[in-house]
Amino acid sequence: MEIIVEVNGLERTFGRNRAVDGMTFHVKQGEVFGLLGPNGAGKTTTVRLLNGILPPSGGMARVFGLDPLMDGQRIREQTGVLTESPSLYERLSARENLEFFGTLAGIPAEKLTQRVQDILKFFGLQDRVNDKVETYSKGMKQRLALARALVHEPPLLFLDEPTSGLDPEAAQQVNELIASLSQRSGQTILLATHNLLEAQRLCDRVAVMNKGRILAMGSLKELTRKLWPVIWVDITFWEMPAETVRETLKTLRGVIQITGQGETMQAQVENEDVIPQVVRHLTGQGASILRVNPRDYTLEDIYFSLQAGEK
Amino acid sequence: MNWRSIWTIAKKDLKEVSQNKMAWGPGIVVPLVFAVFMPLMFIILPQVIPVEDVQRELGDLDGMLRAMPPALQVLFEGKSLEQMFVLYMAGFMLAPLFLVMPLMFSTVIGSDSFVGERERKTMEALLYTPTSDMELFLGKVLAAVIPAIGLSWITYVVYIIVVNVASYPLFGSIWFPLPTWWPLMLWMTPALAVLGISATVLISSRVRTFMEAYQMSASLVVLVLGLVAGQVSGVLFLGIGTTLIIGTIIWLVDAALIYVSVKKFKRSALVAKL
Repeated sequence: MEIIVEVNGLERTFGRNRAVDGMTFHVKQGEVFGLLGPNGAGKTTTVRLLNGILPPSGGMARVFGLDPLMDGQRIREQTGVLTESPSLYERLSARENLEFFGTLAGIPAEKLTQRVQDILKFFGLQDRVNDKVETYSKGMKQRLALARALVHEPPLLFLDEPTSGLDPEAAQQVNELIASLSQRSGQTILLATHNLLEAQRLCDRVAVMNKGRILAMGSLKELTRKLWPVIWVDITFWEMPAETVRETLKTLRGVIQITGQGETMQAQVENEDVIPQVVRHLTGQGASILRVNPRDYTLEDIYFSLQAGEK
Repeated sequence: MNWRSIWTIAKKDLKEVSQNKMAWGPGIVVPLVFAVFMPLMFIILPQVIPVEDVQRELGDLDGMLRAMPPALQVLFEGKSLEQMFVLYMAGFMLAPLFLVMPLMFSTVIGSDSFVGERERKTMEALLYTPTSDMELFLGKVLAAVIPAIGLSWITYVVYIIVVNVASYPLFGSIWFPLPTWWPLMLWMTPALAVLGISATVLISSRVRTFMEAYQMSASLVVLVLGLVAGQVSGVLFLGIGTTLIIGTIIWLVDAALIYVSVKKFKRSALVAKL
């Protein structure tokens, strides 16, 4: 797949503060890539650097093969940005807001009205198009801000804390919209967030950041493997097999350790390929297996493990 | 340069300003006072008060008239006491006061456009649009300059009508505007509108709120008050030549300020202020 965003050793300092400190990553077409980190980690600065509204202090960045410093305007023609605060003109209506940004994005006048109507309908705002934005709820404003970012159908979307400050219902609505964009339209998305559940649900890969640096990067599976190279498997039986069965299990190649309590045995194995061998061995010995459950790690486990390591 | 984007930014700013009462309030009150109430007062008063009171006023005026350039003194020859009073007040005394308008309008609108946008947290989305820094700058400058000049000219037209209608019983003819008003309206008014906005752009990089920007920019009115004082004291009369010279100086200052403003108006500087 084509690489849309390529960053190598990117740096940005403000005085003595290193907001972005040697970041290296890439985003492929159709991918949802997450920048995860606490406030001040450098996520928003990275979005600004990639859109060419802030010059870098060092390193290299390419978006659609273009240098943001030299070709910021051409890059911004192909990107949509949902800023952390909705950044909407509250004294204007939803239609006026979208027509304004649509015009600046270069949508021809004859297509603009229809495009604005369509996108407002997609975001469920068609009944309030002429109402001033100041009368909207927070959730509606965020949906409108997302509509603004997408009004010119950009191939790359930057979402900076898209559900920040929203109640759970509105946050869910926004997340569903983002998920549908990614699944239905194959939209390439760079999501900057500190919401771990949101990132786990939406992102194909994430980069966990702190103080401007990337601590680790990859899919949930890859990060789990990096942090916890061995796998724990919980195996539940109708009846716990005899001690001898468990002892023979330890001799299997790839099995590291076996513990057990009650009806459940915990097996630590080197990788996922070992799990079917363990199951085969146990059933061959006459064990009645009720459930095999490789232990899952959430992005939250990964995130806090990485941040703790950083401290 | 994408003029569609520039006009879109200008129109949006104007729409926003039109909904900010703090911004357009002065835009209605000041023209009403300058173009309607003050001329009516100065024109109707000498037509209703006793001639001896006008004579007393003329005593004060006499010295001022003598201080005028000979070319302007000619305008007063053969006029009655009341006519001289009206001519002096409506034709000369109020003239520099009108210069407050372009300055005030452009600083109010400019403050709302440049600082208000940041204050209302709408600037960031604007910076992410595919417009150049120059297009953003021009859009915002035009949003301030065009209405500042337009409103000033509308006020002049109203003033011309009010003066001629109210003084018709006294003069029996349409006598206003005097030749000295043309350079004031067409040369100095646009220069001051541009001065207001270029100063506001520079000030906007140092302040955080609309009110701060407005108050600092409005201090430029002192320049105009200097002209008023000069006119009242007889030190400086805004004749055609003087107005053209002062206007040219202001245009030169404008050019310098615009040059510096364009240099300073960068996305990277604006985003750092968010």
